[in-house]
Amino acid sequence: MSEQTATWYNLYDARPQVEVPAESPLAWSYHHSGRPAVGEKSRVVLRERDMAGHLILRGGAIVLDEAVRQVLGFGLPGRPNTLTRDESGERSVQWLSPDEWLVIVPGGEEFALEKRLREALGDAHTAIVNVSGGQTLIELSGEKARELLMKSTPYDVHPEAFPVGKGVTTVFAKANLILRRPTEERWELVLRRSFADYLYRWILDAGAEYAIGVEG
Amino acid sequence: MFLIYCPYCEEHREEEEFHPKGQAHIARPADPEACSDEEWGDYLFFRDNPRGIHHELWVHAVGCRKFFNITRNTVSYEILETYRMGEQPRFTAEYPEGKPAEKKSAAAKEVAQQEGVKA
Repeated sequence: MSEQTATWYNLYDARPQVEVPAESPLAWSYHHSGRPAVGEKSRVVLRERDMAGHLILRGGAIVLDEAVRQVLGFGLPGRPNTLTRDESGERSVQWLSPDEWLVIVPGGEEFALEKRLREALGDAHTAIVNVSGGQTLIELSGEKARELLMKSTPYDVHPEAFPVGKGVTTVFAKANLILRRPTEERWELVLRRSFADYLYRWILDAGAEYAIGVEG
Repeated sequence: MFLIYCPYCEEHREEEEFHPKGQAHIARPADPEACSDEEWGDYLFFRDNPRGIHHELWVHAVGCRKFFNITRNTVSYEILETYRMGEQPRFTAEYPEGKPAEKKSAAAKEVAQQEGVKA
């Protein structure tokens, strides 16, 4: 075993400036399963925040917290199953496991962010993985959004058990996803690319009775 | 609903999220080269099958994906406690009611938190 730790890394912008066609994992689903319009009767509204930047941070909480605070301006969530956000609500950090956090930032920022985080972390024993292409984020809102979730997941989504600022990885339908509640009336679902079509169709089916509409 | 307490997520989760991974606290022989075939075979293949208290390794597969230990009664299926890797069980075959020294010091709240299962 060498005493030296390899600190070099290959970092390249996965989304170059040139116009390369890029599509959300749900693009085919929209085409195939359709996008029911939002109407007056819609009591659940689905909106995708596609092409956002997703980074997985792994390592010790203290060293990562310092770096994230320095680069993003807010720290890691201190408790399990919680998330922190900046004032605009566009950037968030979520606890996934004792040594793993998910950072979501607006699309296009992730490359620069990863670079700055790596600079701030220096030689610390950590890992950063850009998983933007592997998952997508959808938002559910509307008065029946919680009921739709109750039909789909065994996790308790009652406001008492699931306050604002909580986020968990759990079972959803026959797949799994990250379920989070950044604000009072909005729920966010982080879907894996491979599950996206199945979960989209599941949500449309579960939301049919609430006249679910897809925005955007 | 069958809820198991994950010591890393620090809350009860649905059983569907977990996977059992067999007997816990199996130490790998420190020097495998010096082992007899019998010792190595015991380590690799042979597991206890007790009637009563059993320590098991579980993983929170859909969740934090961490391994942890469960002390379970194989007769009643009751989960007595869950604890993190590297920690020692409070309930053992020797102390089915919990170790006396820790029982004294453990506050009621802590006991409630360590309790493996909420019906």
